[in-house]
Formats: sequence, C-alpha cells, structure tokens
Amino acid sequence: MLKVAVVKRLASFTLRAAFEAGTPGIVALFGRSGCGKTTIINIVSGLLAPDEGRVELDGQVLQDVGRAIRVPPQRRGIGYVFQEPRLFPHLSVRANLRYGEKRAPTPRAVEFGQVIGLLGLEPLLQRRPHQLSGGERQRVALGRALLSQPRLLLLDEPLASLDASRREEVLPYLERLRDHFAIPMIYVSHQFEEVLRIATHLVLMESGNVVAQGSVNAMSLRPELRFIVGQEAVGAVVDGTVVRMDTATGLAQLQVGSETLHVSVADAPVGTRVRVQLLASDITLATEAPQGLSVRNQLHGHIIEIGADDREAALVRVDLGGPVVLARITRAATAALHLHPGRDVWVLVKALSTRGHAFRMPA
Amino acid sequence: MHELLSPVELDALRLSLEVAARSVLFSLPVAIAIAWLLTRGRFPGRALLDALVHLPLVLPPVAVGYVLLLLFGNRGPIGGWLHTRFGIELAFTTAGAALATAVMAFPLMVRALRIALENVDPGLEAAACTLGAGPLDRLITITLPLMLPGVIAGVVTAFAAGLGEFGAVITFAANVPGQTRTIPLALYTAIQSPNGDREALRLAILSFVLGLLGLLLAEVLARRVRRLVGR
Repeated sequence: MLKVAVVKRLASFTLRAAFEAGTPGIVALFGRSGCGKTTIINIVSGLLAPDEGRVELDGQVLQDVGRAIRVPPQRRGIGYVFQEPRLFPHLSVRANLRYGEKRAPTPRAVEFGQVIGLLGLEPLLQRRPHQLSGGERQRVALGRALLSQPRLLLLDEPLASLDASRREEVLPYLERLRDHFAIPMIYVSHQFEEVLRIATHLVLMESGNVVAQGSVNAMSLRPELRFIVGQEAVGAVVDGTVVRMDTATGLAQLQVGSETLHVSVADAPVGTRVRVQLLASDITLATEAPQGLSVRNQLHGHIIEIGADDREAALVRVDLGGPVVLARITRAATAALHLHPGRDVWVLVKALSTRGHAFRMPA
Repeated sequence: MHELLSPVELDALRLSLEVAARSVLFSLPVAIAIAWLLTRGRFPGRALLDALVHLPLVLPPVAVGYVLLLLFGNRGPIGGWLHTRFGIELAFTTAGAALATAVMAFPLMVRALRIALENVDPGLEAAACTLGAGPLDRLITITLPLMLPGVIAGVVTAFAAGLGEFGAVITFAANVPGQTRTIPLALYTAIQSPNGDREALRLAILSFVLGLLGLLLAEVLARRVRRLVGR
C-alpha cells in the first residue's frame, strides 16, 4: 500500500496531492500535461524532495519532511520507467537488463527468463541500445525496471515518446505485465485510451490537485472527466465476462450486470474479463422495447439522473442492474420522451461501435 | 631505432615520454575531481577555484616554475616537508619535471573533462539511481564510462602538451642530462651550443613526428570509444 500526502511549490502552481494506491493493480495518474503528475512520481521515487508531507510504502516511511526522514532513491525498491527509455548507451541490452537485477535484494521474485519471454527480448540481448527501434527500447526499459525487483513500479507516460503504431506495439506488453506480476504500478498518462486499457484505478488531477479518485469504472462517470478528455471521449467504462464468442465475426457476448452486451473484441475466449467503453454519444435511449432494429445491444435499465451536459444536450445516467452507463441525448428528446429519474428505458448501442479489450486483472 | 637516434636523443625521447606520462597519471584523478566540482558543485568560491585552475594558461611558464620552486623546493614549505618526512625530492629531478608539466597541462585536462561531464545525461544517472546504484556505484558504472571519450581527449591533449613543456620545467627542475633534459630542453641546449645546428634540426623533426603520431592516435582512439559508448 502506497500512501502519499505531499506539497511541492512549483513555478506556476503549488502541488497538493494526497492519494493511496492499493496492491496489486495499476493506478493511473490522469490529467492534462503539466498538472503535476510527473512531479508526484518523482517525489515517490525519491528523485525529487517535497516541501512538506510524507510518503509511505508498505508501512515503511520513505519520506517525512517533518521528521527529516528521506530514504534515497536507490534504497526505496521502487522501479521507474521514464518517458524516454534512458538505456545505458555503453552497455548491451543484456547488461542493461542485468543492471538493476544485480543490485536487487534476494530472493528475486521476477526471473530473467520470464521477463525476456514476456517482453520478447531474446533476439535483442546482444544488441546495443542505439541499434534498437523506439518500441524495442521502451520494452527493454520495462524489463530493466521489472528485474530490479521493485515493490512498486512507476511509469511516466512510457508510450509518449512513440508514434501511434509503436504505441500499439508496446501496449499489449504492458497489459501482459499487469496480468502476470502482482507488482503495484502507478501509470502517468494524459491519454484516456491508454488508461482505459491499462489501469484499474484512476486518480484525476487538475493543476496540482487531486480532484477525484476511484475505480476506472466509477471515474468514467465523473463529470470532471469531461474537462480533461473532451466531450466526445466521455462514456461509461464497463467490465464484463465473455459468455459466448463468435470467432467468425469477432463479436463476443459479455455478461454485464444482469444484461448481455455484444461487443467486438479480439482474442477473448469464454471466461475472459473484457473492458469496454460505451461512448455517451453512441448511445440511443428508447422508452419502449424497440422492434425491427439492427442495433444488437438493447439493454433494459432505469434512469438514475439527468444532468446538464451543455446547451443542446443532457447527460443521462442509466442503471443496468449494477453497471451504470451514460447517454448523451438532446434536451429536446428528453422533453419529448418525458424522461425522468426512475423511468424504465432501453439502452441501444451498436455492437460495431464498441471495442473491448481483454483485461484479466480483476478490477 | 639505435641507428636512427643517438644515445643523447634517445635519452631525451625517453625522458619526454616518462615526464609526460607521469604528469598525466598524477593529474588525471585530481582533474576528474576538480571537473566534477566545477560542473556539478554549488559552493561559494567556485569562480575562484575555476580561475585558479586556469591560471597556468595565462601566466608565463617561468613564473609557474618559480612559484613551484618556492613551494616545492627542498627548503620550501611543501617541498621541505616532503623531503624530511618521506625523502621525496622534487626540485631538479624527473618527478619535479613531471609535477611542473602536470601543473601546466592541468587546465587543458580539466577543460576536456568538464565538457565530457556536461555531456553526460543526468537522466541516465537518475535511472541508475532508481535501479539501486549508490553515488560511487553510479560514478564508476555510468558517469565515468560515459565520460570516456572526454577522458581520452583530455589525457591525449595533456600528454601531447606535456611532451613540449619547457619554461616551467627548466625553471623548477633545471636542465639535467638524463634527469630533466626532455626533447624541448635538449633542443634548446643544441641551439645554444656553437655546432648544434644539425642536432637542433634532428630534435625538431623528432618533436614534429611525435606530435603527429600522438594526434593521429588520439583520433583513432576517440573514434573507437565513441562507437563503444554508442554515439
């Protein structure tokens, strides 16, 4: 368990952050660029000293400004994957990977062979960092940090220095690491796409302050999110278990609460947990069971709340017997359909407009 | 070699190489420490230290030699102590010539090392830190290897400059054949003697060849090391 409560005065604002991160799982520090996310993990790692406050990991005080306690970074047992790979240019890939491992306490839970296998590093071992592609470098950096046997792994936008296709190449490896190792991770990002696929928990930040924190599912319903990700990216994140898979079409049936959801998802056999974001603007509401529609998903629920979104639209929260989804509907429609809290509705969403991701870690 | 150079010339060549090598060997660790202080250190008097280090560049070499004589001569405050305590004699010895050479070449060495250190990405040292490496560990496994091109440049420059050091050496260590008479001092002696024209020319050519070889070697080394460091 990581407990952070720190204050750091920066040039443009004062960072006041307090949050906790349980084990295991991935906590995403999410917010716009320059809101203090990297500053926080630099403080956690010990590379930067806070002005006030304390940092505690698994009951050990790593930093307490009041009591003048400061454990140096090299003795914190915290791994760090930086935005740039920061591989040692004078060492081979193998020596880079071994650098932290050699200095780590025994017994070592993370094995060399296992990391090499998971990250596909075998063919790169003899090479030098300058002979690697950007994606390969970041994979080596991930392996190097893992092999230092960290109690906690910090990742500072590890995909930010890569272009879109390289990002797609590295993301699956990150997912694998999350699903294989019980190492808690803190993942800094300003890309909601990434956070959706990687994180179990979300700490929302705005100019140096933590505005909300909780599970990714709960945070996806928060109104503050809209100001960070933009209106078009707002939508409930729901998790479900695959109960049927049609390999020919790539469509899976997910058990979500009491309802069944059809989503397109790659490589998700029956029993896999899958996460999917249902964009609020993709959702249609109906007050009666619709007939003769091509829309595959017709889920029954009831309205919890109708919130104002902007001048023309309202954001309607619908409870699907457990999971909650958001629908962005014009104000005219809410009036015409007499929508109000408590009312039964059908939630319509095309299977093809959803894209699920296998997510083995329990949320 | 023996047909090519006379015993006197061989002596001068051997002495020049020895003096330059010893001066580099002694000054390198000190220069690394000073370069570190000047690049990374934040302390009062940094500008003064910087100026002191660079002083030999602007002072007349004879003045440097004279100050050394006052300090390190057998009756000087440091030299006297070294003499009575350890039996070390610096004035008028090969070791003294190496000391004078080291002081003169010191600014060149520090300059090369500083540039090398400034080019080391502190991010890499921070990465090593999070991987469990303490300060000394980081210096040995990351910082120094990454500085290697600069270390080599500094060593070669200081060595080459050391081969030709004249004023400070002749003032502090005098012109003793077989002891302190390096190539430049032998060359000077030849010019001063009535029939030394031919000898002077031969020594001048020797200096020339030595310098050229040194610079070529430095280039080859630098290229190899750069490849090693992955630049």
